Formats: sequence, structure tokens, C-alpha cells
Amino acid sequence: MADLLRRVAEQAEPAAFRELYQTYGPRVKAYMMRCGADAATADDLVQETLLTVWRKAALYAEDRGSIATWVFTIARNLRIDRLRRELPWQELPEGRLEEASIDLPADEALYAKERQTRVGAVLAELPDEQRTVVMLSFVEGLSHSAIAEQLSLPLGTVKSRLRLAYQRIRESVGDLR
Amino acid sequence: MSIVHHLDDATLMGLAAGTLTPALAVVAASHVTWCPQCRQGLAAAEAVGGALLAGLAPVPIEREPPALPVAEPEWARPQPAEATSSAGSPGAVSSSELPPPLARLVGGSLDAIRWRPLAIGIWHHRITLDGKDSGELRLIKVSRGYGLPAHGHTGAELTLVLRGAFQDEIGRFSVGDAADLDESVEHRPVADPDTGCTCVLACERPARFHGLLPRLLQPLFGL
Repeated sequence: MADLLRRVAEQAEPAAFRELYQTYGPRVKAYMMRCGADAATADDLVQETLLTVWRKAALYAEDRGSIATWVFTIARNLRIDRLRRELPWQELPEGRLEEASIDLPADEALYAKERQTRVGAVLAELPDEQRTVVMLSFVEGLSHSAIAEQLSLPLGTVKSRLRLAYQRIRESVGDLR
Repeated sequence: MSIVHHLDDATLMGLAAGTLTPALAVVAASHVTWCPQCRQGLAAAEAVGGALLAGLAPVPIEREPPALPVAEPEWARPQPAEATSSAGSPGAVSSSELPPPLARLVGGSLDAIRWRPLAIGIWHHRITLDGKDSGELRLIKVSRGYGLPAHGHTGAELTLVLRGAFQDEIGRFSVGDAADLDESVEHRPVADPDTGCTCVLACERPARFHGLLPRLLQPLFGL
């Protein structure tokens, strides 16, 4: 996958882009719809997301996370942007990538892949009550208060479940920098 | 800058998920740009989003991929990493005493702010954010030795020190430190007697449902 992105970045290769589109487009669409977009709006946002990937492919740095994570941050920002035009922080997580060093140690790509594998494994093993709040937050795009409302829980409980889930994630990837 | 007080893990998760109210997001993102530890923390939280995205059941797209011009014009061509930086965002400030997410809203320098008196020894500057339920965002400047009255919070309150320092029941907060307080905390911050203190402060309003469209209450669990 990283190789695909490199072909997009270095050779501006439409075939590589198409493959990225086919892999991530339908998932970005699923994300947008879970966040409340109708199918047409979701299709729009998919196009915007993947065009941003195309434009910024050269900024992607493997040590910062997997491609899925990068695509997620772009999709998330576009979702927020659509939600509230001119939201001021929307550029941040991509901006972060601009500091990326150009010569990466060879094992960074492995780290990114390994990190994603481990994070996926931790998520799969979370207790249901933690996984529920994580899903509502990351996939449905609900604020912590909205989650509390939906699950009829105190806000503090929602936050502590998120913290517990997060700590497991941190522990699982702690040795990867 | 040696940062001692960091974002709460729940705040990092909210920032990564993109669900903080805009006012809180500005302050959280500002802290992150200054704090390597929270930057790493944010990357770990964002990996959750990546893993969940990769695991979503694909929904077929009803359109062709966007056309990529054969003779790629400059704008469509992936940009070399070294040639990007701040060129894209008009309000971007390259060298600034303020973190970029905040500088985009108020400019690069605190000296150019138009302060309004709030109480003796205290000035503020309200920052307008677009959109409903964006929360309150303001700069606060407190003279040496002055303090805010003891207060609690109706929602989350997030403060980032930009200049000087303050002290409260929790500890001492200097430049770069974040005071990430929830509704359970009461405190009485006092500005450092030698330096005074300038902060950016975000307060959450009671949050409403957050979504592109009014959503159905549909608990969709499981990966």
C-alpha cells in the first residue's frame, strides 16, 4: 500500500491513484454515511478526500502512521469542514506531516504497518462498553456529550471509557517509538 | 518551553476523532503543535481512526474516480514535500509566538491584540468562530498577581498558557502548559507575580448532537 502511495507521489501515476481510490473510496463513503451524510454527499466527500490524497501524496510520511490513518485524518477534516465551514484547526493533522523528514529509516514503514496491526488487534479485544464509545466517537462522529446522551450515561463515564481504551492502545504501540 | 501539563487522554481522543467543539479543538490543536508528547499521543489516537476506517464494510461508490488530467497541470500534480509548507493557507504565519491554529485566527502576535477590560487587572479578547455551538474562545490577559475569581465549569474548559504563568490549586502552569478541566473542577487561578499571564481559553457550551444531518439514533456497534 505504501508503495502505491509512493507511485502516486513520485510518478503521479493515475493507475496507482485508481487503486487507492478503489481501496479507500468505499470505506471513506461508509465513514461519511455513518457520520450522517446521505449517499450523494458522501460521494462528494469521497472525491474530495481522494483528490486531497492525490495532491498531498508527497507529504505522506510513513513514520507518522499507516495510509489508512492518513486517509482517515483527511476524511475527518473534510467532514468537519463540511459540517462547519472555515473550521480553523482543520489543517493541523496534515500540516503536521509537512515537518516530515525526507529520508526515513527503512524500518519506519514496518512500524506504521505494525502499529496499525496492533491497534486493530487491541480494538477487537476491547470490552464492548469501551468499543461502543470508541465507535460512536470515531465512526459516527459523535461528541462525547452526544454519546453520553445517546447511551444515557454520565459524561464522565464516557470519557473514562475512552481513556481506558486509549491507554490500551498506547501500551500496545509503546515500544514502536 | 518545558511542558508539564498535558491534554487529557479523552481530549486527545476527541481531537483525533474530530468531535471536539471548535473552540476546544483550536486550543487542543494549539497545544499539540507545541507539545511533542501530545503529538505522539495524537498519532496513536488517530491510528484508531485508521484501523476503524480500514475495517469498515465498503459502500460502493456511484461515481467514477475523479478525472485526473492526462497532462497534469501544476495544481493537480502531487507536490514535492519540500515545496509545500504554508503556501496553501492564506492566514498561515511562519514565525510566530503563537501556535499556528491560533495564529490563523488572531494573527501572529499578542502585541497586536485589541484588549478589552474585563475586571481590574484582567483583559480579554473574544475570538469569533463560525457555526452554531462552536463554544467560546477568548484570549485572557491577567496582570501580575491578579487572579480570576474561583469558578467551576458548566462544561469542559481548556486553557493554554501563551505568556507568563499562573498558579492554581492544581499547580503552576507556564507557557505551553494546558489546563484541561472538566465540569468537576473548581479553581482560582492567579497570575504569576513577576510575569503576569496571557492564555487562550476555550469553554464548551452544552453540546448538541453533532452530525452532518439529523441522525437516527442507531447504535451500530462492532468492528
